[in-house]
Amino acid sequence: MLDAGDECAAATAPRGHLSTVRAALWTVCGGRPHIQGMTTSDAPRGPAADPAALLPSLEPVRLVEPDGTRAAPASGAGFALPEPDVLLALLRAMVIGRRFDRQADSLARQGRLAVYPSSHGQEACQVGGVLALADDDWLFPTYRDCVSLVTRGVDPVEVLTLLRGDWHSGYDPARHRCAPQCTPLATNASHAVGLTYAARRKGEDVAALVLMGDGATSEGDAHEAYNFAAVWNTPVVFLVQNNQWAISVPLRRQSAAPTLAHKAVGYGMRGYHVDGNDAAAVHAVVARALAEARAGAGPALVEARTYRIDPHTNSDDPRRYRDDAEVAHWRRRDPVARLEALLRREGGLDDAAHQEMVDAADRLAISVRERIARLGAPAPEELFDHVYAAPTAPLRGQREEVRAWVRARRAAPTGEEV
Amino acid sequence: MAEVSLGRALNRALRDALATDPDVVVYGEDVGPLGGVFRVTDGLTAEFGEDRCFDSPLAESGIVGTAVGMAMYGHRPVVEMQFDAFAYPAFQQVVSHVAKMRNRTRGRLALPIVIRVPYGGGIGAVEHHGDSSETYYAHTPGLRVVTPATPADGYSMLREAVACPDPVVFLEPKRRYWATEEVELPVRTAPMDQAVVRRAGADVTLIAYGPTVDTALLAAEAAAEEGREVEVVDLRSLAPFDDATVTASVRRTGRAVVVHEASAFAGYGAEVAARVTERCFHYLEAPVLRVAGLDIPYPPPHLEEYHLPSVDRILAALDRLQWEAAWVPPPAQAPTSAGADAAARAGRAHRLEVGA
Repeated sequence: MLDAGDECAAATAPRGHLSTVRAALWTVCGGRPHIQGMTTSDAPRGPAADPAALLPSLEPVRLVEPDGTRAAPASGAGFALPEPDVLLALLRAMVIGRRFDRQADSLARQGRLAVYPSSHGQEACQVGGVLALADDDWLFPTYRDCVSLVTRGVDPVEVLTLLRGDWHSGYDPARHRCAPQCTPLATNASHAVGLTYAARRKGEDVAALVLMGDGATSEGDAHEAYNFAAVWNTPVVFLVQNNQWAISVPLRRQSAAPTLAHKAVGYGMRGYHVDGNDAAAVHAVVARALAEARAGAGPALVEARTYRIDPHTNSDDPRRYRDDAEVAHWRRRDPVARLEALLRREGGLDDAAHQEMVDAADRLAISVRERIARLGAPAPEELFDHVYAAPTAPLRGQREEVRAWVRARRAAPTGEEV
Repeated sequence: MAEVSLGRALNRALRDALATDPDVVVYGEDVGPLGGVFRVTDGLTAEFGEDRCFDSPLAESGIVGTAVGMAMYGHRPVVEMQFDAFAYPAFQQVVSHVAKMRNRTRGRLALPIVIRVPYGGGIGAVEHHGDSSETYYAHTPGLRVVTPATPADGYSMLREAVACPDPVVFLEPKRRYWATEEVELPVRTAPMDQAVVRRAGADVTLIAYGPTVDTALLAAEAAAEEGREVEVVDLRSLAPFDDATVTASVRRTGRAVVVHEASAFAGYGAEVAARVTERCFHYLEAPVLRVAGLDIPYPPPHLEEYHLPSVDRILAALDRLQWEAAWVPPPAQAPTSAGADAAARAGRAHRLEVGA
């Protein structure tokens, strides 16, 4: 049995050697809060004893330049370009994700969705992060992360249940190991901490990826989740998609931190700073952060610098708070075009292979369009089905009232209000 | 049989729940080696290990938020909010996630979480240690909100809450922690979503819960000496509300007074009064009254006796229930003594007919 000192030594060991201490750490950390003993000490404690090891790079990690050339090794900060099959999978998921996002945006404009918060321009973050997950891991997405869910394999029509307005969530979280999309900012972060804690208690190797935005890092719930994750040493990676804008509020009004990733060090957590429009870099960084977390090195905070090309939602008017020139700058750094250019340049992708991706994306969009059009209205009686395990007596009474309204409405002539 | 306090009964319930179900974990602030500031978790870490009962970082939203995640993965977390007013940072998690997860996911994710909250005043504590926060929770669909008034109920209802597939806000009347009764544990009392009649009486129904049940019983005893038979209903469950028991009692007695520590305005008693009026209108001999906390922030301890419902305030409310107002006869009827009695009898019968 390792004592607390060994545990700290292991957590601050060179990152490449973490797998060798994994088994021992599992015994120490698995299913137990990170308890240091019951006496106090003036000495620094825990993995934060060497804060320099936790610091992110000031410049974001980049493996592929915006023009599709390989970045210089210095920009990669020790991260290697993923294998060709991973790069192709990243591109394919981004092509499909982009097409899905455009289709959903159109449906919202046509009034066939109640609202759609586009993630156009953020595909590298969502795809790069999700494809780094293992099958048993859990994803904790927000309302802006539909592309992450499509990438995870959730039926895109079920992804849109929330935004069409039929129900608050359309998919089975346990089946896909995806929490319902979270709207109150940062509140899903502590759920991931608790879930991975519970999985460890059961002896299961489950990590979690939490998606959050730059604005969400200002919330108290972000702070509490970071702290719980670090103290409990749970395998959670918090991926902050810093898209520069929290609706209309720019990052400079949100935080005075050198980078959002620097916040990690205050929790004794590793911070990573990555180019969020470089899918290869996001994948490499999140994959390493997850691997280290599984090995017992604790959670990590990854800031991915990206940009929200579209309005906050289809009902937002971004011309009131930002310049078109800024949007144009980021359009030239498009994440999908970047990876496509790299793969074409290096011979990993030809026209036929690319066309196959585009065709698959079109098929998905057509299917979404057609199936959404065929959806009926949700049943009002279901309003009472999921409030409690079984409807309470007062709810049974209200259900009867609603049933009576439904019957009266059906019996009334068309157009007449009942 | 042994003398058991509410605090010890709750402690025993947690211990038995931990022993019965390996998925139960107990955590919060100071609940580990200290045993909680009220000692409700006393000895649990020693007996079950820090894997089952442990101190968390000092952050209520994080405590409830992590409990959500644990419950998503099949655990049954029992978390403690150290005091009523310290639970407010967790309100977002309670309202937006704990209460709604089953509903949001169309029944696919249940959250069997128990959030224990010592609540109410009367222990001479300084500010932020005496709030009655029940209405905030009871107003939130998806939560079960229960509050025991006796040690036996403390044990039985907490065991039931831990086993419940729905999230339960378990409100513990902190000034009753040391109150004892003769009871053999384990014990199973009435289901936690049912109100019970603590004392039968034909003249008026006192509706109380948690810390005010004992006050209501004392008031009923005093009223009996004055010749009034007071029925005392202990609600036990604030959400869902047991209309059947309350309605049956008020239809029998024709008068009702709600007693709670929380401020009256938009408080829980308003809901009770509304429901009683809706269901018992034709049986009522007087308006439903409330004996409640004043509409002020919780007072400093040297003034809390003016805020908290007392036996005297309850007796004063009982006196205001229009006992002198017999059935008012129609103008044509002769105002003789015999005629008034007949009219009173006719009136009561008339009202029963309308309400039946």
